[in-house]
Amino acid sequence: MNASKRRPAIVGTGQSEYTKWGGIQDRSQFRITAEAILAALADAGLTADDVDGFASFSNDGNEAPVMQAALGVPELRWSSMVWGGGGGGSCAAVAQAVAAVDSGHADVVVVYRGLCQGQGRRFGQAGAHRTHGSFTAPFGLFAPSQMLALMVQRFMFETPATSDHLCEIALSSRANANRNPNAVMRDRTLSREEYFASRWIAEPLRLFDCCLETDGAAAVVITTAERARDLDRQSVDILAAAHGSGPGWNTGPLGAHNMPDADYASTNNRRIARELFARAGLAPGEIDTVQIYDHFSGLVLMALEDFGFCGRGESGDFVASGAIRRDGSLPLNTSGGQLSEAYVHGVNLIIEGVRQLRGESCNQVADARTCLVTGGLGVSPTSAIILGRS
Amino acid sequence: MALFPDIMPRPEPNMDDAAFWENCAARRLAFQACAACGVFRHPPSPLCPACHAPETRWVDAPGTAEIYSFTVVHYPSHPAVREHLPYVVAVLRFDGIEGVKFVSNVTGVSAEKLRIGMKVRLWWDDIGEGMHLPRFRPAQ
Repeated sequence: MNASKRRPAIVGTGQSEYTKWGGIQDRSQFRITAEAILAALADAGLTADDVDGFASFSNDGNEAPVMQAALGVPELRWSSMVWGGGGGGSCAAVAQAVAAVDSGHADVVVVYRGLCQGQGRRFGQAGAHRTHGSFTAPFGLFAPSQMLALMVQRFMFETPATSDHLCEIALSSRANANRNPNAVMRDRTLSREEYFASRWIAEPLRLFDCCLETDGAAAVVITTAERARDLDRQSVDILAAAHGSGPGWNTGPLGAHNMPDADYASTNNRRIARELFARAGLAPGEIDTVQIYDHFSGLVLMALEDFGFCGRGESGDFVASGAIRRDGSLPLNTSGGQLSEAYVHGVNLIIEGVRQLRGESCNQVADARTCLVTGGLGVSPTSAIILGRS
Repeated sequence: MALFPDIMPRPEPNMDDAAFWENCAARRLAFQACAACGVFRHPPSPLCPACHAPETRWVDAPGTAEIYSFTVVHYPSHPAVREHLPYVVAVLRFDGIEGVKFVSNVTGVSAEKLRIGMKVRLWWDDIGEGMHLPRFRPAQ
């Protein structure tokens, strides 16, 4: 089959309901994940019989071979999981699906994530045994909020970014979520006063700078362009996908924090950004909307700079100008993101990117043709994709 | 009196970092450098990333460090810190220990006085069972 026929596309997305952590008690994490996968297949007009690959990332709790058996997938030809902690690999899982489909190793690959933090571990709590944990936990560095606060603090020292700019990320995301009936925070408005009155979690991060803790599952189906043409549902092109880590990042902020100085207050995406735009043949100015992994507001500012949407140190002014609002020049996290829609380790952001390019978002960007989606920021490895309207 | 109660996680030395913790037990803060080319590395690892030599030497850190970044932690992610909020975690750098940033605590300072660039001085926290942890307080 020639290259253009095998070119990978996203043909379906599916999700469970999203609730506050502990909100799903009547079905197991595995079950809601399986159901999200079935919903994504149904959305694409495919069945479990068509699936021959699974891709996930960072210690997914729902094992692919078990999922294969549970769904009655006849033949597994690809199963992969990206290294690293947190959501850094969310878009890398898509990149692996792309690699699988592109190379002919598999034809229909599902990327999935399911989290029921009321049934298992809460990611915001200590308890995970981490590589290099001896250099963090005895000093009270337990959770990503604390770990990434150190990077945000340094970023705010090196650039003019202020708490007002962090606040704008939180307010913009919440305003978007208030228009999304599936968002956990759909009914909860947020004002500037409430933001500044909210409690400190780990300075400079307040409560509303931190992502939600969610029960929910999300899945995305990737197949060849040729297969996509035979389906009734509108597909979305994957124009570029990249993942990786800069030199010396090691375990990064989840470990010993000894990243190179030049990179410390960065999202670890500088090379990925260059590679991604080059592969897609696009410039940052040609991106219509962005879904940036918002585990913590401050890293969204860093990402706007690292991906070239503004210069170094300019992200504060950029967001203060209204650029990231749904009617701005670069609408950001239009579903409410992980600060206000749900925290499903970034797979919900990929789904929103697909919605935008299908014209189905609750905060639809007029004539959106391109969308950049990132994986978790400031960790290692990180990842990102650029999606395009077919 | 250790800074945190006994339920606080302790270092769990492994084959590659045992020497670092043995030094700490003896109240010595030293960082790993390649015996062949002198490049520092942290956290400890079995080979030099620059020349791949396995031989190492341990270089004593000076008694003062500079705050590279910090956070004041207000949310208890572990039961051990529940009665000890807020506390300060900092990323520190040492003169002469090129390329190493080290995570520790800064005690005896109010949150509003903390600054990036602040000089801090090493003190040893006796956490029992013969182990000491390097922590810091303002140098002035």
